[in-house]
Amino acid sequence: MSTPSKPETRAISVDYLARVEGEGNLKVRVRDGKVEIAEFGIFEPPRFYEAFLRGRRFGDAPDITARICGICPIAYQMSSVHAMESIFGVKMEGALRELRRLIYCGEWIESHVLHAFLLHLPDFLGYQSAIHMAADHREAVEKALRLKKIGNDIVNLVGGREIHPINVKVGGWYKVPTKRQLEEMVPNLEWALEAAEWAVQLTAGLPFPDVEQDYEYVSVCHPDEYPFNEGRLVSNKGIDVPASEWNQVFEEVHVARSNALQSKVRERGSYHVGPNARYSLNFEKLHPRAQRAAAAAGLGKTCFNPFKSIVVRCVETVHAVEEALRLIDVYRQPPRPAVSFTVKAGEGHGATEAPRGMLYHRYRLDDEGYILDAQICPPTAQSQMSIEDDLRRVLEQYIDLPDDELQWKLEHAVRNYDPCISCATHFLKVEIDRG
Amino acid sequence: MGEAVVVIGVGNPDRGDDGVGPEVLARLEGCVPDRVRLVRLAGADPAGIIDAWEGAGRVVLVDAMVSGVAPGTISRFDASDTPLPAGLRLASTHVLGAETAVEMARALGRLPGRLVVYGVEGGAFTVGEGLSPAVAAALPLAAERILEEVAGA
Repeated sequence: MSTPSKPETRAISVDYLARVEGEGNLKVRVRDGKVEIAEFGIFEPPRFYEAFLRGRRFGDAPDITARICGICPIAYQMSSVHAMESIFGVKMEGALRELRRLIYCGEWIESHVLHAFLLHLPDFLGYQSAIHMAADHREAVEKALRLKKIGNDIVNLVGGREIHPINVKVGGWYKVPTKRQLEEMVPNLEWALEAAEWAVQLTAGLPFPDVEQDYEYVSVCHPDEYPFNEGRLVSNKGIDVPASEWNQVFEEVHVARSNALQSKVRERGSYHVGPNARYSLNFEKLHPRAQRAAAAAGLGKTCFNPFKSIVVRCVETVHAVEEALRLIDVYRQPPRPAVSFTVKAGEGHGATEAPRGMLYHRYRLDDEGYILDAQICPPTAQSQMSIEDDLRRVLEQYIDLPDDELQWKLEHAVRNYDPCISCATHFLKVEIDRG
Repeated sequence: MGEAVVVIGVGNPDRGDDGVGPEVLARLEGCVPDRVRLVRLAGADPAGIIDAWEGAGRVVLVDAMVSGVAPGTISRFDASDTPLPAGLRLASTHVLGAETAVEMARALGRLPGRLVVYGVEGGAFTVGEGLSPAVAAALPLAAERILEEVAGA
């Protein structure tokens, strides 16, 4: 019945499609003991999508941009629908707004647990990959897989489909879940709350390099809520503007040594988006159990050690589970899945918090709702200069290590940011010219 | 009494040849013995895959593959006792490929008794497109091979 399996000796090449989320490269030159980064780039699919969006209708943007990233499709949908809604004067309220927070909770749980346990934890514990780690830490990996799947389940139920959810649209949703459907998730979420607290405790016990950096942290800030979809752009160094002023405060620049655009604060330079930034700017708005878990883990109200982002991701997972339970508790199925609006010309902005940091979209529409111009600034590009600063510090400290050990240190430093490229085991092509 | 058999098709139908897994399953619908359960998964989430084969003694998993051979080429791997070849990539638009899920399950002691993986080499993974002609042409043979695997279940 079975045929012999013979392809096992065949050479298999791994190309870009196999690791479709992205790739990075780093070229370093060392002269007289001084380190210089000659080239640093991260492959960025969004640039292609900006061109692809021109000439499409406004309603295509959430579906098209959701395909940019398999890990955070919700973030792309959220930033795009909010940008479009700002043009048409649509405001999400009540249950429609709450469902948008709920689906984001699912994406945070899924993405944070994936990154913390399957990508970042092996770096800390000295394993080549999560598979190697799984044999020695079965219970932890099994628990993490179950927790991650509970995040997927929320996205599936509210979003309609797991990988590229199709239920979100400008003005609301195509279809809304019933209260009973949401309530069926409650027992799993109650388990998840304890599992997420366990995750905080476990990661807090890891050995962390004793480094703190004076980052400029930027995140979306809302007066009452830990940020997902709505709020101003705020930093710890004085930025406080509406999302519509993104281009006044930040700029995207071409750097000769990078093949991608890098974002910077116009007046100052590098900035940092992501869990540490959100946490440090919004600690008071975390739910009580998340705050208590953070305190028990020895985190203060701010965190400037980039390696501790693994703990902060787990604290945010506690918050996302608590928030999901709260949203399900207050949910009342709305009479209509979407609000009506009139299409008009204009420019709109959306800044929401993807798991890996603030994601900004800008669209300009003609009076029939066709896209004239699109701008997408993903979190990885916004943090890129900050990542480069961190890499320079690692290089200065560890340049005498053998190449393979140095590569591991560099990848660990990049992985702190959970960039889109971090999914591959060895995602960073490092070339060191030691003269 | 025979053991439960599951055939899992992994893939995203919106990404060209990545959709080959679910397409093969569509061809098996109505043709497989009663005891065989067909499961479509849009992505290779390890817990999703482990749940899908829970309780099954024999599993066949079919997915798109990216190895550099001619699109439409069908490869068979018996993963029951030996790890999938190092470097094997089952195409995924998600962060983890099915090969990771399989090896993670092995490390966790959660593999079914018998697991056979079919990879159909993909050529194009364009957003919003269906299967490329070479991969579509491979569907009947892929379905036939899997039917042979589950015959007598």
